[in-house]
Amino acid sequence: MATDVTENDQIGEINKYNFRTETTGVFKAQKGLTAEVVNQISDIKNEPDWMREFRLKSLAEFESRPMPKWGGALDLDFQDIYYYLKPTGQSEKSWDDVPQEIKDTFDKLGIPEAEKKFLAGVKAQFESEVVYGSLQEDLAKQGVLFTDTDTAVREHPELLREYFGKVIPPTDNKFAALNSAVWSGGSFIYVPPGVQIEFPLQAYFRINAESMGQFERTLIIVDEGASIHYVEGCTAPMYTTESLHSAVVEVIVKKDARCRYTTIQNWANNIYNLVTKRAYAYQDATMEWVDGNLGSKLTMKYPAVHMMEPGARGEILSIAFSSAGQHQDAGAKLVHAAPNTTGQIISKSISKNGGRSSYRGLVRVEPGAHNSKNNVVCDALILDPESRSDTYPYIEIAEQDVQIGHEASVSRIGEEQMFYLLSRGLTESEASTMIVNGFIEPLVKELPMEYAVEMNRLIQLQMEGSVG
Amino acid sequence: MNHILKIENLHVSVGDKPILRGVNLTIKHGETHALMGPNGSGKSTLGLAIMGHPGYTVTEGSITLDGEDVLAMAPDERARTGIFMAFQRPMAIPGVKMADFLRHATTNVRNPDRKEGEELIPMREFRKELKEKMAHLRMDVEFARRYVNDGFSGGEMKRAEILQLAMLQPKFAVLDETDSGLDADAVRLASESIADIGREKMGLLIITHHDKLLVHNPPEFTHVMLGGRLVETGGKELAVELHEHGYDRIRKSYPEAEAANQEMLAEETAV
Repeated sequence: MATDVTENDQIGEINKYNFRTETTGVFKAQKGLTAEVVNQISDIKNEPDWMREFRLKSLAEFESRPMPKWGGALDLDFQDIYYYLKPTGQSEKSWDDVPQEIKDTFDKLGIPEAEKKFLAGVKAQFESEVVYGSLQEDLAKQGVLFTDTDTAVREHPELLREYFGKVIPPTDNKFAALNSAVWSGGSFIYVPPGVQIEFPLQAYFRINAESMGQFERTLIIVDEGASIHYVEGCTAPMYTTESLHSAVVEVIVKKDARCRYTTIQNWANNIYNLVTKRAYAYQDATMEWVDGNLGSKLTMKYPAVHMMEPGARGEILSIAFSSAGQHQDAGAKLVHAAPNTTGQIISKSISKNGGRSSYRGLVRVEPGAHNSKNNVVCDALILDPESRSDTYPYIEIAEQDVQIGHEASVSRIGEEQMFYLLSRGLTESEASTMIVNGFIEPLVKELPMEYAVEMNRLIQLQMEGSVG
Repeated sequence: MNHILKIENLHVSVGDKPILRGVNLTIKHGETHALMGPNGSGKSTLGLAIMGHPGYTVTEGSITLDGEDVLAMAPDERARTGIFMAFQRPMAIPGVKMADFLRHATTNVRNPDRKEGEELIPMREFRKELKEKMAHLRMDVEFARRYVNDGFSGGEMKRAEILQLAMLQPKFAVLDETDSGLDADAVRLASESIADIGREKMGLLIITHHDKLLVHNPPEFTHVMLGGRLVETGGKELAVELHEHGYDRIRKSYPEAEAANQEMLAEETAV
C-alpha cells in the first residue's frame, strides 16, 4: 500500500512523489559495503566469473581512493547503506504481473499511462532491480535490444562485454568504482545499424526504502546511422536519513548515428546523487545530453561527450534548480579528440531559498583536433540574497586552429521585472514562476511536449511557497 | 459607473529624497486628464506611486479608488482592482511569450478573486479576443509569440503597452509618455488606438510632452506639475498653450516650485 508521507517533510514542499510503499522485498543484503556483500550480489544474479572479478576489483579500487575534495560536502557513511535490495522475483513484461504495491507506485507516477500514450518502450526499476520492461514489437523485430543490464549479462554476453566498462572504467573515479562493484539494474540498449526509433524509450528509477543505495548501470550502443531518444526519470520519498544514488551511464554513438539522452531528476532532498555519464561519439555522430536536475540533497554530475572521430558533435543542455538544503554541482564535459568536431554546452541554473547551484564544466581540445569549434553559454538566476551560484569552467586547449567561445551571466530577478508583472495583476509567486520559466524556456522547448509540460510542472512545484 | 480615483495631499519620496510634495487630483470614470510639466517635475513618480512601485515611498497623503485605500494594496491587487499604467520603459521578460503573459494577466484582472493555480480563461476564447484586438491595433499575430518586450523597438514596446490596456480594460489608466520615441504615424496610430479602446470607458491620466496624443484624446482637464506639485489646472486650452509656448510662464509664476524643480533636477543629474 502506498501511503503519503508528511511527517518527515522538513521543508514543507509536499509533492506527489513523496509517498512510500510498504513492500516486503525478496532479498535485502546486510547493511554496509564488504566483499561478502559484493559476492552475495554476484551470487544472486548468478553471474559469470568475469563479472564477479570485475566487481571485486572495482571494490578494491573504490576502497583505495580518497573521497573527492571538490564539489559538494559528502557526509556519507558507506557502512550505513543497504547496497542491494531485490524487490521481486523477476522483471515482468506485463504490468498485471508486477506485484500490486509496486505497480501502484508506478501508477501513481503515471508511468503505465505515459507508456500507452507516447513511449516506444519502458523500464521501471524499483530499488535494485528492474521490475517491468516493455518494447514495441516492431522495434524488437528490427533487432533493437532493450533489456535491464543484468539480463544483458546473461543473454547478450558478447555485445555487453565488448563495451561494458570501456567508456567509464572503474578506475575513472571513486563513485564509478563503487557503482562497478555493486551495480544492479539499469538499461541495456542496442540499436542496429540504420534503425531510427521515432518515440522515446524511457526508464524510470524509484528508490523507496530508507538508507538505500541505488546503483544502476546503463549501457547504450547506437550502431551506424541509427538514432534513439532515451529518457529517464527518478524520484524517491523523503526520509530522515540519506540515501545514495550512484549510477554509471555509458553511451557509444557510432558513425552517423544520433543519441539524445534526457534526464529529469527529481530525487527527494535527502539523496546524494553522484552519477558518471559519458558518451563516445564517432565519425559524424551526434550525442546530446539534456540533463535536468531539480531534486536531491547534493548532485555531482557532469555528462560528457568525447568526440572520437572527425565530424562528431556533442551538445549538452543542463538545467539545475536548487532550493533550501540543496546543492546542485552540475555541468558538462566536452572532449575534442579529433579534427572538425563541434561541441556546445548550454547551462541554466536557478537558486532559491538558500539553495546553491554550481556550474562545473570542462572543455578540452586534444592535440590534432584542429578546426574544432566549441561554445559554452552558462546563465545563472538567483532568486534571493540567501541563495548562491558559482561557476567553475575548466578549459584545456592543445591546438591552435580552434574556435572557442564562453559566455557566462548571473542575474537576480530584478525589482523592475517583478514590479512590471505585478502591475499586470500577477501575484508575486506567479510572477517569479513566470520569470523562471522564461529563463529556462530555451531549454524546455528542446524537450518533447510531454516532458516540457512535466518540467514546467516541476518548476511550478519548486516555486510554490518560494515567495513569502 | 461612477468610479472615482482620489489623490489627496500625496507626498512621495525616493530613498530620502522628497519628489511629490502634496499632490491633489481627482479623476472620475470617463474623464481624460493631461499631466504636463518640465523634465524632473515628478510626473512619472505620480504614476508609479499610483501603481505601487516599491521604490516610491508614500510619506503622507492618500490614494483611494471608490473610497478604498489603494495605498494598502500590493501592486498586483491594484491591478486587479482596476488600475493600469502604461510604462515609459517597460521591462523585458525573456522566454515569456506575450500571449502567455497576457492570458495570465487578463485572467487575474478579470477574476480578481481567482486563487493561484485555478484555471486560466479558456485558450480559444482568449485567442479570439487577442487576435481581434491585435488586428484592431494593426499588430502582426506573430507579435503574440514573441517574448515580452524582449528585443522590441521603442514603438513595439509602446504598442504592446496599448495592447495590454485594451486587454485588461482597467477602470483607471496612467499612460506615461506612451507617445515618446514614436514617429508621427506611430503617434497617430497610438492616439487613435487609445480613443478606440474607449477613453470614455475609463479614467485616463495621460502624461505627455506633446499635444499629439491629446488631439485624438482631448482632455477635460490639463494639470501642470512643477517641483512635485500640481501648480495649475485648466482645460484643453492649457495643454495647447504649454505645447506652443513651453513652461516659461509657469516657471515664472511659481518661483518656489521652480526652485524645488531645479533642486530635484540637479540631484537627478548628480546620480
